[in-house]
Amino acid sequence: MIANQIANPYLPAPAQVLAIQPQTGVDYTFRLATDIEPAWGQFVEISLPGVGEAPISVSDAGPGYIELTIRRVGKVTTALHQLKPGDTVYLRGPYGSGFPRDEFAGHQLVVAAGGTGVAPVKGLINYYAGHPGELAGLNLLLGFKTPADILFRTDIERWQGLFPTILTVDQGQAGWLGKVGLVTEFVKEIPLKNDARIIVVGPPLMIKFTVAEFIKCQIKPEQIWVSLERRMHCGLGKCGHCKINDVYVCLEGPVFNYSRARDLVD
Amino acid sequence: MGYKLTPAGLAALLDELVTSRRVFGPVRYAGKGRLAGTDLITYGPVKGLADVVWDARTTFSPKEVFFPVKESLFYFSHGEITESALKASEILETVVFLRACDLNAVTRLDKIFLENGPAADNYYARRRQHTHFVLMECQESFPGCFCVSMGTNRATGHQAALRPEGGYYLLQALAEPWLSLGERYGQPADVEPVWVQKNSLTVKVPDRVDTSLFQHELWREYSSRCIACGRCTLSCPTCSCFSVQDIFYRDNPERGERRRVWASCQIDGFTDMAGGHKVREDRGERMRFKVLHKIDDFRRRFGINMCVGCGRCEEVCPEYISFARCVNTLSQLMNGGAGA
Ligand SMILES: Cc1cc2nc3c(=O)[nH]c(=O)nc-3n(C[C@H](O)[C@H](O)[C@H](O)COP(=O)(O)OP(=O)(O)OC[C@H]3O[C@@H](n4cnc5c(N)ncnc54)[C@H](O)[C@@H]3O)c2cc1C
Ligand code: SF4
Ligand code: SF4
Ligand code: FES
Repeated sequence: MIANQIANPYLPAPAQVLAIQPQTGVDYTFRLATDIEPAWGQFVEISLPGVGEAPISVSDAGPGYIELTIRRVGKVTTALHQLKPGDTVYLRGPYGSGFPRDEFAGHQLVVAAGGTGVAPVKGLINYYAGHPGELAGLNLLLGFKTPADILFRTDIERWQGLFPTILTVDQGQAGWLGKVGLVTEFVKEIPLKNDARIIVVGPPLMIKFTVAEFIKCQIKPEQIWVSLERRMHCGLGKCGHCKINDVYVCLEGPVFNYSRARDLVD
Repeated sequence: MGYKLTPAGLAALLDELVTSRRVFGPVRYAGKGRLAGTDLITYGPVKGLADVVWDARTTFSPKEVFFPVKESLFYFSHGEITESALKASEILETVVFLRACDLNAVTRLDKIFLENGPAADNYYARRRQHTHFVLMECQESFPGCFCVSMGTNRATGHQAALRPEGGYYLLQALAEPWLSLGERYGQPADVEPVWVQKNSLTVKVPDRVDTSLFQHELWREYSSRCIACGRCTLSCPTCSCFSVQDIFYRDNPERGERRRVWASCQIDGFTDMAGGHKVREDRGERMRFKVLHKIDDFRRRFGINMCVGCGRCEEVCPEYISFARCVNTLSQLMNGGAGA
């Protein structure tokens, strides 16, 4: 029944910090040396021995490295923010489901992302920036709390030149000339094709109301994908913290088709 | 093969068994019960026949033997990570005396730890693979048991089955070392295991529970009654949730460990996330989550119900919350009835 020597799935591997790029006062992007090859939307468990472990979405990846964009909110994330290039962190993963590239091919894709929700879709947007022919158009709708909270500024500037992009903040600030308002208010400004594919990522309420707006625009639940966040302790389907109904968010998620996600009741 | 043993014969058999194996079973801790002057009957090491309690249900389940309340995963020291090792005593073959419900519960734990997700849990597997079971046959069930309703009154996967009867012990040996032990300490006899056929409590599990019932007022009763103590989940033989924590040793801050400890979906903080987002803050919602996990979610995932009808959660609840009554109410509601 049980093999004598089985591998330890909890054991993390050391990874060197190659670079740290502050995005805002509280969000830093870490480039880490690793062979992990994640799919878009997957996450890793990053840890510092003696401090703890946290699940973090992969915000970008390339040969020999991944990037994580981490908001300082507590014990582990604060300790990570004190690191310097050359320091060592510990990684395991990648875990969870990613965004289904095959489902997007040949269709219009709309990415609506709020706050740190931009992190799990950044790699995907950058991929399509390099392979625009794979889609019948890409529209971006990005929302942040205030101008000071905007992540990935240089990427966003590049995307603005490539795709129709709506960048909005909940609250303006002196000198902000861009749009002000919640992401939900701008959904109807996007010219949607009948067969458009939609990705919605962000805080729980943002997901809920943004999805509702798309559905009002005749988009079917099957055309929408969301990424859910839940408390996680193992990423392996064992600890139980992330479970909703018969689903484990760390295994079947964090990316779900909305036709499935809408039936998940906490 | 069947054997009939005198009490002295079984005592001698166990004396031999404990020389080479760790043996666990229901034992009595005098004066340690929940109420003053009562004993705690729970799982503990068995040194001999006199330790084994035959006539009571244990408060806690045998799962601790291979899923300890707290377990070190690895140690940190100066940038080195070392996987925790089992003590020499812990890699001995281990024998657990348990009842049919609890043996069925082990198959539920196996599903989570060995089958769910991309990999088996090595910490569970390394203890579980050395653990073997002896079934303590129940001739009658205890108050609050509903194994017959859950189909867990029968079990498989044990090495031997044992019951006291007519001043003797009847042993059904299915594997070594029980065949040779039976040969040496007993007399060959026709032994057929007995199974509980009827409990005084009957529970009807609904075929499925609609999400429309998630908002039903039945859960509201628990919002105020449940005190979120988590005893129900600690005593449950099938609850498997845990939290992972890192610590530094106070006397040597260069060293520390990552460990896991049992966790409970009934206790505050189980779902807390950064930014203050929580789910199931209401205790009625937690009760719903627990009950549906035991009788609906798990079955949809693995094809069998998680709950094995042992009745412990109800017995330990300080608020006398009845799991069985809740499930029966759900069944009535799913059948269009008004509920109990
Ligand atoms: C799939 C997934 C992807 C994520 N991606 C990102 C990302 O790309 N960038 C990012 O900044 N954050 C991300 N998070 C959130 C991140 O995991 C938490 O912010 C982090 O675990 C907090 O750890 P901490 O030790 O700093 O906080 P703690 O000191 O432990 O606690 C601070 C707060 O965080 C909560 N918390 C603790 N553990 C978790 C956890 N495992 N998940 C959620 N909240 C938790 C606590 O309850 C508390 O409210 C993601 C979470 C999930 C589940
Ligand atoms: S839910 Fe209650 S009755 Fe069912 S197995 Fe767990 S403790 Fe026993
Ligand atoms: S034992 Fe009773 S009071 Fe305690 S958490 Fe369970 S249901 Fe609530
Ligand atoms: S994070 Fe542990 S089960 Fe999903």
